[in-house]
Amino acid sequence: MEFRSPLGRARGPGSAKEGGIGQWKAERLAAIALVPLTLWFMASAVFMVGADLATFKEWAGAHGNPVLLILLTIALYHHAQMGLQVVIEDYVHHEGVVIISLVLVKLGAFFCAAYTIFSIVRLTF
Amino acid sequence: MVEFTLPANSKVKKGKTFPVPAGATRVRKFKVYRWDPDSGENPRLDTFEVDLDTCGPMVLDALIKIKDEIDSTLTFRRSCREGVCGSCAFNVDGTNTLACIKPIDDIKGDVKIYPLPHMPVVKDLVADLSVPYAQYRSIEPWLQADTPPPTGERLQSPEERAKLDGLWECVLCFCCQTSCPSYWWNGDRYLGPAILLQAYRWIVDSRDEATGERLDKLDDPFKLFRCHTIMNCTSTCPKGLNPGQAIGEIKAALIKRG
Repeated sequence: MEFRSPLGRARGPGSAKEGGIGQWKAERLAAIALVPLTLWFMASAVFMVGADLATFKEWAGAHGNPVLLILLTIALYHHAQMGLQVVIEDYVHHEGVVIISLVLVKLGAFFCAAYTIFSIVRLTF
Repeated sequence: MVEFTLPANSKVKKGKTFPVPAGATRVRKFKVYRWDPDSGENPRLDTFEVDLDTCGPMVLDALIKIKDEIDSTLTFRRSCREGVCGSCAFNVDGTNTLACIKPIDDIKGDVKIYPLPHMPVVKDLVADLSVPYAQYRSIEPWLQADTPPPTGERLQSPEERAKLDGLWECVLCFCCQTSCPSYWWNGDRYLGPAILLQAYRWIVDSRDEATGERLDKLDDPFKLFRCHTIMNCTSTCPKGLNPGQAIGEIKAALIKRG
């Protein structure tokens, strides 16, 4: 039973400020960055179908490729964790489950990104 | 957790059928959602056969005819019968619209009429709109200005006034609000397309001086940013307005503010 007025509920705790336009901008920036990075990575991967490890290592270490690979990793995991956050906030309504899921997603993305970058560095240097 | 089961009273049973009197030539079936909170029973879908030769052209005309001549217990909101008051908003033929400006002839087959989706039902076609009304109140939909009013009126140029076109026409029927999946899942925190269109109506009003405060209140992951540009709002609006665009304009205003 809830006697709080509809207006009280509508106003709620007010605006969070954080997670509003800032998050929206970050989602779009990551998306914009991912367009050329993904196209570049996919094209490179297609060209290297059937290549051996030595050829791949040579490609990964060449020119600016390690930098682009690291940028792709950061943009990808950043965008993915923000997207998953939206999905969780949309569909999961148990407060505890929301918090645990968000923590797991964010820490998981951070770990995966760090591990991927470490692998790129190890592969190329 | 994610909810997979339907809430109470969601399963709609087959209801009664009211056949048309003999001699009718142009008969259409109207399948109308019925629920009586006092009966303790689940909702049902009643079928009313209506002779279109003795009925007005709009869906609301048929509902009024049914209430007058067939079943006076049928409960629904209506007032102006010309698309201005926003009372007779229902889900007609799978789309939220105003029954008074929806021609029966536009609908193929049986005419199915349900209350606005995903809102608590008071009775039959009457949805409980107290939450959207409170959300409307929460955006303070009135002119706010510290400059003392001049003698006469607060003036606008034709260009300033033109910015309100496509916004002032909203009749608050909540067809868009209740067509929005984001509002279905998070209606307690997301303000919804109707309210955000109204919020933008005041943000863009050249006479209003509270633009910053208005934007501050909306800069929230739920109040505004649950809009995922699904655009059901715009495709369902019976007045041909574009709440999706208004929401986009609010986001643009926040971006410009930096």
